[in-house]
Amino acid sequence: MDQKEFERIRQFFPELTPLQPPPDLGPQRQLELFRTMLLIRAFESALPDLWKSNVVYGLAHAYEGAEAIAAGACAALEPGDFITSTHRGHGHCIAKGGDVNRMMAELMGKVEGYNYGKGGSMHIANVEAGMLGACGIVGGAIGMAAGCALRARLRGDPDVTVCFHGDGGANQGIWHETLNMASIWKLPVIFLVENNQWSISLSYDRAFNVPNIANRACAYGIPGVTVDGFNAFEVYRAVREAAARARAGAGPSVVEAKFYRYVGHFVADDQRYRDIEETYRWRALDPLRRMRDYLIDSGVASPQACDGLGLEAHRRVQAAIEFGMQGAEPPPETLFRDIYAD
Amino acid sequence: MTRRITVKHAINEALDEEMARDERVFLIGCDIGRRGNPFQVTRGLWEKYGDSRVIDAPISEEGFTGMALGAAATGMRPVVEILYSDWITLAMDQIVNQIAKVRYMFGGKLQVPLVIRAPVGAGGGAAAQHSQSFEAWFCHVPGLKVVMPSMAADAKGLLKTAIRDNNPVLFFEHKRTYNIEGDVPDGEYTIPFGRAEVKRAGRDITIVATSMMVHHALAAADRLSAEGEIDCEVIDPRTLAPLDWDTLLESVKKTGHLVVVHEACRTCGVGAEILAELAERAFDYLDGRPVRVAGLDVPVPYNRELEKLVIPDAQRIIEGVYHSLG
Repeated sequence: MDQKEFERIRQFFPELTPLQPPPDLGPQRQLELFRTMLLIRAFESALPDLWKSNVVYGLAHAYEGAEAIAAGACAALEPGDFITSTHRGHGHCIAKGGDVNRMMAELMGKVEGYNYGKGGSMHIANVEAGMLGACGIVGGAIGMAAGCALRARLRGDPDVTVCFHGDGGANQGIWHETLNMASIWKLPVIFLVENNQWSISLSYDRAFNVPNIANRACAYGIPGVTVDGFNAFEVYRAVREAAARARAGAGPSVVEAKFYRYVGHFVADDQRYRDIEETYRWRALDPLRRMRDYLIDSGVASPQACDGLGLEAHRRVQAAIEFGMQGAEPPPETLFRDIYAD
Repeated sequence: MTRRITVKHAINEALDEEMARDERVFLIGCDIGRRGNPFQVTRGLWEKYGDSRVIDAPISEEGFTGMALGAAATGMRPVVEILYSDWITLAMDQIVNQIAKVRYMFGGKLQVPLVIRAPVGAGGGAAAQHSQSFEAWFCHVPGLKVVMPSMAADAKGLLKTAIRDNNPVLFFEHKRTYNIEGDVPDGEYTIPFGRAEVKRAGRDITIVATSMMVHHALAAADRLSAEGEIDCEVIDPRTLAPLDWDTLLESVKKTGHLVVVHEACRTCGVGAEILAELAERAFDYLDGRPVRVAGLDVPVPYNRELEKLVIPDAQRIIEGVYHSLG
């Protein structure tokens, strides 16, 4: 975007930062980031039609607009690190190495899904890759993230945990309890607030008395930073720094990735509580368009190559839908599996 | 060989032995470390194991219970203490929606080997918010196990099993049993879940009692055999989830009469479940009405005489027996 556009947007989004990759993110890794973001967008865009045809049912919450956050944050982690997620967890699962085939099968309730069809969208989990499941309770996984970090501290393990949660989660009591305990015990956890400025129908200005959620970090004596959530490089930088701090024993941080929820709260949300026109001005910040523009402007990839990557993402999702559609219904015995461990 | 020790001493031994045996076991709760717990249940453990195994937490029940989940899911074996079970309400989302369900929802890909000790019970004048017994709530949540010991040997053996179990276990010890002595076997032993114990064998009527009520039921049984020539069989289920239905059924088939006693208030207590299930399974064997003797459906009052009216005692159990025998 040009300087004039930049200044215009900064009027309502002061966090806006130009895309500038950090030195440890070379062209290959930048393309990887873009691939991940494209795959998330393609996956989430497929949801409304699948939901309308009742192939995916119940509740599904799309990660559209947040792609830069999951992609940037997960790229900043080591293979042994953990993440916890929210009800809006498809993006987290994909960014942490999730297989879209098994994810789509799970959303369709098929036995080939990650959770044998017993979790669905809100509980999608890829535990083997360190993604400790999506959680249907707002803020419900915040304690779990800090507990994972507590284990690391007690055992002397080198891993860190990124706790993804939203602006909604930051108002739950457990956020405050957990930030406090993580701060006194110096736990290696990063509280990554995905501030999309909407808690279902409650806009940020009606839910908070501070301009940034990261401002609350000082109340717990820990660092807090607010970044451009539409910018994968900025999210990457902030998480990389916070992770290094955590690994060095300096404890937790708050990283607030501010962006905007482009779509409704859940797939069939009619959004009557907000002015749809207002959401359009945020579309100018679309993280995919900005990343694409950066890759082309910097010579990392041609427009054709970018289009190719977009098509590839679309095809992978189509294949995932095929995989899911051909999947099997879980047999009734599945009901009683895994209630208890042996 | 056995020794005579109190319930709280037995619990302390169980914690000590399991912590020595498995370095993944740690304790977390309020005032459990330097204070050794206000009832002295965890006395000496912080001195022996230090800050990294006995963690004094701020008053944040939901937070540290959730953290116990995270630690358990990634390889540790926490024992959470919520000093008064009444405060378990603060941690309900973590227990019911997370701890109980994550294994199931996530395709069995993780396990949650944690124990939550939450002492129950009235009788000390601690009033409405410090005297309750919520075991029934947790029996109603698939994914949890519920243990309720009455005596020292049971408390120790069951707590050791709870800590070794790879599932979340609610352990409801009764505060009024803390100083009751019992014979505890020497050496290493555990007690499996789902095994009720016949505390007193008898012919005429089955009394199923939990926790502190086991002691009152035994006292009632002694009086009934002396005064009424009624021979009571007193059974302590010891674990409510899983519950040993076979032992209870065997007994009711033999005696034809059933009284269930618990301290928790009557309506929708575990007595309702036991009565319903046995009424269905043992219908042909019952010769008289099955009866519940339970706490009154009131918040526990402060006044000590009023409080006595709320909690069942040997006398009310005796009345329940006569009511069942007609």
